[in-house]
Order: sequence, then C-alpha cells, then structure tokens
Amino acid sequence: MQKIGVFICWCGSNIAATVDVEAVTEAVKAEPNVVFSTNYQYMCSEGGQSAIRNAIAEYGLTGIVVCACSPRMHEATFRKTAAVAGLNPYMVEIANIREQCSWIHKEKDEATEKAVILARAAVAKLNRNVPLFAGESPVVKRALVIGGGIAGIQTALDVADAGYEVDIVEKTPTIGGKMAMLDKTFPTLDCAACILTPKMVDASAHEKINLYTYSEVESVSGFVGNFTVNIRKRARGVNSDLCTGCGVCIEKCPSKGAKSEFNQGLCNRGAIYIPFAQAIPNVPVIDHDACIKFKTGKCGICERVCTAKAIDYAQEDEIITKQYGAIVLATGFKPIPMEMYDEFQYAQCPDVITSLEFERICNAAGPTKGKVLRPSDHEPPKTVVFVQCVGSRATVDCGKTYCSKICCMYTAKHAMLLREKYPDTEAYVFYIDVRTPGKSFDEFYRRAVEEYGVHYIKGMVGKVAEEDGCLLVQGSDLIADKQITIKADMVVLAAAIEPDPTARSLGTMFTASMDTNDFFTEAHPKLRPVESPTAGIFLSGLCQGPKDIPDTVAQAGAAASKVIGLLSKDKLMGNPCIAGCNEPLCNGCSSCELVCAYGAITYEDKLVIDHGVRETRRVACVNEAVCQGCGACTVTCPSGAMDLKGFTNLQIMAEVDAICR
Amino acid sequence: MKFSYYPGCTLKTRAAELDEAARAAAEALGVVMEELPEWQCCGAVYPLARDELATRMSAIRALDSAKQSNQPLLTLCSACHHVIKRVNNDMRTDADMRTKVNTYMDLNSPYSGETKVVHYLEMLRDTIGFDKIKECVINPMSGRKIAAYYGCMLLRPSGVMQFDNPENPSIMEDFISAVGALPVKYPYRNECCGGYVSIEARNVSREMSKKVMNSAVRRGADTIITACPLCLYNLNENGTGEIPVVYFTELLADALGVKTREGGLVHAC
Repeated sequence: MQKIGVFICWCGSNIAATVDVEAVTEAVKAEPNVVFSTNYQYMCSEGGQSAIRNAIAEYGLTGIVVCACSPRMHEATFRKTAAVAGLNPYMVEIANIREQCSWIHKEKDEATEKAVILARAAVAKLNRNVPLFAGESPVVKRALVIGGGIAGIQTALDVADAGYEVDIVEKTPTIGGKMAMLDKTFPTLDCAACILTPKMVDASAHEKINLYTYSEVESVSGFVGNFTVNIRKRARGVNSDLCTGCGVCIEKCPSKGAKSEFNQGLCNRGAIYIPFAQAIPNVPVIDHDACIKFKTGKCGICERVCTAKAIDYAQEDEIITKQYGAIVLATGFKPIPMEMYDEFQYAQCPDVITSLEFERICNAAGPTKGKVLRPSDHEPPKTVVFVQCVGSRATVDCGKTYCSKICCMYTAKHAMLLREKYPDTEAYVFYIDVRTPGKSFDEFYRRAVEEYGVHYIKGMVGKVAEEDGCLLVQGSDLIADKQITIKADMVVLAAAIEPDPTARSLGTMFTASMDTNDFFTEAHPKLRPVESPTAGIFLSGLCQGPKDIPDTVAQAGAAASKVIGLLSKDKLMGNPCIAGCNEPLCNGCSSCELVCAYGAITYEDKLVIDHGVRETRRVACVNEAVCQGCGACTVTCPSGAMDLKGFTNLQIMAEVDAICR
Repeated sequence: MKFSYYPGCTLKTRAAELDEAARAAAEALGVVMEELPEWQCCGAVYPLARDELATRMSAIRALDSAKQSNQPLLTLCSACHHVIKRVNNDMRTDADMRTKVNTYMDLNSPYSGETKVVHYLEMLRDTIGFDKIKECVINPMSGRKIAAYYGCMLLRPSGVMQFDNPENPSIMEDFISAVGALPVKYPYRNECCGGYVSIEARNVSREMSKKVMNSAVRRGADTIITACPLCLYNLNENGTGEIPVVYFTELLADALGVKTREGGLVHAC
C-alpha cells in the first residue's frame, strides 16, 4: 500500500497565475493512496525542499508527486531531496504543469482542469512505481578531443594540466585550425600566430597529450565513462618517426599544381607538403590525388632526396582502438560557399574575395607576403569595398538565418589594417547593423570610423558588376536614402559561417543532437552550455554556435572543467530506467535487436519456464551497461516481453487511464 | 505537344512581331499553340496588395480556361507571364484569397492553381530541347554576337517565377548558342530598364536603359534580344541606339527559316 504526497509549485506567478493551485491541492486528495498534498511558492527552493522532506518523515510517504516545471529542469533536484529523506529516488514523479500547462493556456479554468488531470496521471503512475537501484560503472581516465583548432587545443591543455590523458583527433595534417589562418585578432590586434603557435607547441609537447593528425573518428561504441573509439589514422606517405622535418622533399617535389588549402586556394602547394611553416607535427603529407608517383607510378623524387628514409609510399591507413571516459566535440566551422551568390560575382571575378582570403593576403606568411594586392593583376587596390552579412541573417534559401557574430569585428579590423598600411586606399563597409557587444569591441569599431576614416554605409549591396577591369559595386545608402555605385578595385565578402560538414556524421555517431543549422545543441541553453544532451559528450567552440576567439577559449575551458569533473570520479552511477526482457513472453523474433540504436540487445539460448513447461529457447538479453532506456524496443516488441523499468507498460497505461477517466 | 496560349494585348498591337514569329517557329517545331478563347488583359501589373482581388481575376480566368482544356498555359510576353505565374502561385498558396476568389467568380469548379504556366523560352528548353532546336536551324546565326536582355519580370521573385538563377541566368544564352550565334554575357543583363517609369520620368529610364545597352556594347554585342515588349520599347527609345533590339522569337524564326503569315520576315535580324 503506497502513501503518496503531492506537492504543487506556484513557480512564482509562472504557474499560479494560470493554475488555481489551491484547487489542484484539494482535487488530488481524492486520488488513490494520496495522504497529503500542499502547495508552495517555489518548490525547488530550500523552503520547498524542506517541506517535502518534512512531509516524507511526518506522513511516512512511500512516494511523492511534484507538480511543477519540466522534469528536464528539476527532476534530478527532487530525486535528491527524496533520497536525503530516505526515499528511493525513483519513487518521485513529476507532473509538468508549467511548460505543458500554465505556459500554453490562457484560461484559468481550463489550465486548472488540465493540471489536475496531469497530477492524477502522475499519481496513477506512482502507484505502480517500485524502487529502482542504479548500477555502477568504472570511468576510463582518458578524454578524446575531436578537432585540433583553438577550441580543441585549449580543452586538451586544460584537461591534461589536471593530470588526465587526452587524445586530439584532427582531420587535417596539422593542428591549429582556422585561427592559424588569421593574421591579426580583434580587438587588440595581436598576431594570431604569436598567441596560437605557442599553444600548439604546448599541446604537442605535453606528456599527457597525444596527437592524431590527418586522422578521423571511424566509429564509437559504449557509454559515458567507457567509450570505445576507432580512429582512422590516414596514410601520410611519410614515416613520422623517421622524418626530421628538413623540408627537402617539399622543395624538390615537381608537382606544384594543387591549391593550398591553408592559403584558401590563393596559391599552390606541392603534392608533398606541410600546410604552413609552424605546422604541428612538422611532418609532410603526400596528397595522393596530386602526387605523380601515385598517379603514374613514376617520379619518386621525394623518396630519393629524403636522407632520413622517411618516405613510405606503401604506408596504409591504420585503425587505432582506444577507450575514453569523456569525448569533446570541437569540430569548428567553415565559411559558407560564396559560389551561389552570383550578385557578388565571386565565382566570376578573382578580385571578389572572402574575408578569410583577405586574412591570408594580409598575412606576412601568406601568398603575397603580406602586401595587399589584387589577385587578378597583383596591383595594390585603391578602393576596397567590404560587404557584411553575406549569407548571414538571411531570408533566402541559400543563406543562414542566424548572425555569424564575428564578421562585424573582423571587417572593422580588416578595414583598419588596410587604412593603416595604405593610407591612400579608401575602405567602404556596407552593413545591416554593426554589432559590437564584447569587451572593448565598440571602442575598436569607433576607432575604425573616427581615427582610420573607414566609410561605413548602412545598406546592402545588390550587385557587383565588372566593367573595364573595375568592380562597380551597386548598393543602397539607407541613411542618405540613395542608390549608390562605388568603383572598387577589390570586394571582400564577409561570408556567413557554418558548422564543419564533418559535424553531422559525428553527431549521428555520438547521438549528439543538432539544431536545424547543424550546430550541436547543449543539454540546457543556459544552465548546461558545454554539455551535449548525451551523457559524456561535451561541446567546445564554434561547433555549438558562432563565437569569436575569446568566447571559444572560455567555452573550451568550461568544457574541460566538465570533463575533469567526470574523469575525477572512479565510478559512475548508471541509469536504472533501462529495458528488460520478460523471457517467458519473448518469442525471439529479433524486432527489438533491429531497432536498438545502441546495440544493447543480443540473443541467447536460455532455459525458460513458461506455464510449467521447461524449454531452452532463443530470447532477448539486454546489456544493462549499454542500454540508454530510450524505449524503442518496448514499443516494437510484438509480444509485450520488453519492458522499460520506470516506464513499464502498466505504468503508462495507468497514466492513460487516469487521463481518460 | 499542345499548349493553351495566352498572347496578351501588346502582342496584338505594338508587339505583333513577337507573337507572329513565335507562332511560325512553333509550327516549324511541331508545337501547337491553341489561343485561349475570349482572353482578357492579364492585369498588366501584378498587384502587390494582398487584398486586391479584382485585378487578379482576369489572369485567373485565363488559368481556369487552360485548366478546362487540360493543357499547360503557354505565355510569351514577360509581363503577362509574370502576372499570370504569380497570381497562379497566390491561388495555390493563399487559402484566404482562394476562398474569396472562388466564392466571387463561381467557376464550374473551384480554381486552386492547378494549371502549369510555361513561358515560351521554358517550352523551348524543356519541351523541345535546345539540342533539338540546334538540329532544326537551317539559317545559323554564325558570327553574330548577341546579348540577351532578361529584364526583371521573368526572373523575380525567383522563388515564385522559378525561371532561372536571377543573378546569373543562362537560358537565353543557351538559346542564342542553339541558333548558332555567340552569346555575349554582360553584367547588366538582369537589371531593370526603367519599366513604366519611362512614362513619368523618362530621364530615369534613359539612365537605366543606357547602362544596359552600353554594357552589352562594351562586351562586343551586335544585337540585343528580349522577351518583353516594354523592355524592347525602353531600350530602343531610351537606350543609346547603338545596336538593334529585337524579340528572341524573331531570331528563332529567322534561324529556322520560317515566314510569318504576312510573308515578310521580320526586320532587323
């Protein structure tokens, strides 16, 4: 016989303004086995929690129903409260009368009636609850960071400094990511390489950090605290242990036709190359598609000139299998392709470039050695037009609806650097709004306008037309209320940024949820910003949403602290709400095995006693450590053998009955 | 292949050659253009006010008439095509407008955007195919450098018109290649000629039309083709007058070696 207490929260006015909490308190008293009910202004506060604890002690409650906000918000809170009072935490049920009731109804009568029904359903379910006990699983004290940009590097360094092993998997031949391509960084204008490359060196020299560059995650299994990951280490064609990084192979390579990814295709590289001088590891890689040896079988010059005998054409991809306790996604971003923006003539005119290309052109180690020259004729431009929000805040299909957040600041930086280096060159910036919410950001933008004389024009560019070697930029000046045309020598497009395309497949692999723009979603948008909803998966940097370097580094550190918190535990409590098989009912049909996304179900031959008949037959077995309790098997099972603890078929039906009563 | 055909008012008067050349060429290409009985003006300008229903009605009558014949509706004039295609889209997507219009018009069966609206150029590309046209050409325009002028009406709003890439269209260039001439791409081929503004402020239209024509001339064009009577008027009257502007159907009829009913082909080409 249960003794149930019902606790109704006002949530300030969030619930109480729409739901008559007194009426609900009275109504639930008539429900089976309810011996106590009360309401309180903030049930989650210390006062509310102590009321719950006291009632459990005073009335000898065997279970409680809390009518409040979503269980995603405070189920854990109230389970802890119950546990402190000596109750099994799984004898707590939440009736969501906020998100699913008070927030979506206007009429008080209607909302109150619904709140009573929701409370009644929770009581009906609780009447069939049994105490559940979580199992324990050990924690592997090693973290995996996917992505070796500034986000991944910072997370890895912080976790490693706390004494845990970290592996970084980076798909390109070097760590450093997009930040390595930048010239200077706003708002302080310190050189990106000067602040990034020491961190790259720290990461590679750290005894707890292991780098897998030119590698990708192939597959993953397991669960929080104990993931097993297969990493594909792609064949570099160069033996990293033997290579001294002397660079002779790069110098002598006769194939120079491949576009340099690092320099945004503005110049070429050899078939054997390192992306940039400070690359880590400083070991070249052979681009199989560009290499003459791989294409024709002839050549082999790099092998002949390598005194260290490091060139190894026969090298094959290697699969490395390792265990991790925590995984950090730091997959970063890329600018969206500009080819579909025909109004700007990006694909047609070489002098229409992206901001990232402009970074490379400004950079002393870039294709023009830091001189700002037009790609078409290598002449210095006299007028440069910067166009902001290309593809950001868009209402058309090919764009992104969100603000890319970094473009206002880097465009101000570009215009400022241009005017600083070439005071005779005019800089125009077309903008929708200039957004500068960051420390010292607005001051920076004002310097661009006031000290450097950059012309800011509120309005969008409608067309770029190439006429007689000149770029005619047609746009609207909204403040002057005029259509204007600027004769420019170079146009720089601030392309919207989007998550790296590899994020999607990784998201599927790790069951890390994504929003409609393929940014990873956080477990809670305010309170758990660096955790994925999937336990043990953490988010670092731009893969979670647009952010600049300071925000990225801050988030990377936050992700690291969550990882450290997880790895510092020796054991994790599992989730007892997992599937189980009622073996006499199971007919071994394999339906559940097919729908299980986690591979938690296998089949075994077992001795089953069914109505006194003893027979050995094939039945489903659930691996309790792997099951995530999603319930897919229970609704698939045609014979009703599969059941989910905490959400049994009987409990769900009792809820439905209570609602329909 | 049989189409219901909507010529529109201008094609019966000032732009008769656009219509006649199109009919003659279609006959040569084996396409039947069945002129709608009792068609009215398309409305001339697409009404931007969502509650303006009266001026949409005549376009809807044309669309419904094609629906009764169970045929796609072929259009030729850019402006008519624009109005009819957009009104058709309204009838398909705007439930409120659909209800009001159908209640008022009391057609045999309610009209809800079923008719497929096809521009003559789309018919050439999708029904006949430019490769086929290339085979039918007996008078290739070799050595000619021809610039296509799209104007606005065929291309925008691109989501509704679904005609071609509005910023970098190519259907008319492909057509020019098919008749054996060299297409001249120039940046202002999809800019406005000034449209009806030329009635009130000719200088505005002059500036815009000159920009278009100058741009085509600078890239070496000897002729400009268009599908729009108003564009042709503006470029001819308000442009620089440096090169001739003709309808694309005249070029097509010439290339196919067909004659119009009057026997005389077609000036300028």
